[in-house]
Amino acid sequence: MTLEYVLFILIIVVGTAGELCLGRAMRETGELERLRLSDAFSLLGRALRLKWIWIGVAMMATAFFSLVTLLSFEDVSFVVPVTALSYLVGAVGGIFFLGERVSWQRWLGIGLVCIGVTMVVISR
Amino acid sequence: MHTLHLKTYLLIGMMIITGPVGNLLLAKSTKQVGEIKVWPLSELVGAFVRIFSSFTIWAGISCLIAFIIAYMLALSIADYSFVQPAAALGYAVIGVLGVLVLHEKVTLLHWAGIVVICLGVSFIRNTHPRTTETPD
Repeated sequence: MTLEYVLFILIIVVGTAGELCLGRAMRETGELERLRLSDAFSLLGRALRLKWIWIGVAMMATAFFSLVTLLSFEDVSFVVPVTALSYLVGAVGGIFFLGERVSWQRWLGIGLVCIGVTMVVISR
Repeated sequence: MHTLHLKTYLLIGMMIITGPVGNLLLAKSTKQVGEIKVWPLSELVGAFVRIFSSFTIWAGISCLIAFIIAYMLALSIADYSFVQPAAALGYAVIGVLGVLVLHEKVTLLHWAGIVVICLGVSFIRNTHPRTTETPD
């Protein structure tokens, strides 16, 4: 049981924190100007030189292997509803780590997404 | 339409297709292997060798790499708190794929959940994709 809780925390908190680090890195690279492969690859090349990418990738890899491990002995229907919490963790992280302004309309949207994702998953 | 919006929507569109397909393939490949024992270490290594020698997992990993690239590019344009919940539209893609490709029965609750997700994303869509300044 304790192992499950550790894996859940790794998946939700560490996984979302890893994505937030990617967001931080992509903020530093600047915006993708045009939707062209050459532009995309040069932007990604710049991103790979930033420390935030590697911190993020390490955290996301940890979350990924935790998910694979948890899915091997738990049902998907038990695992995925909890991951809906990552939308709330993500919004809070967006505000405090990336300085985003989350308006009431966006909060409402995020809340509905959490509820909807939970409904989808428990329906299985 | 504003190019910032257009680029964001196209990249999120790529995410909601590659993400769910990648996850489905991944789940399929791990189920084929059965339960993974964390200890002894030889069991864990053996399980990972079995998983990574299947074609399905590599197809899944390719999809997820495309997903992460689209995700990173989207994050260079729009807020994390915009892109992450909008990507939940992937659940609608899973529902539709389940019906059309896998001929699964999708329950009423599942469709209701998809409607709630779409409603949520429509609220998020009403907000500006980017609320922070681009650093020089």
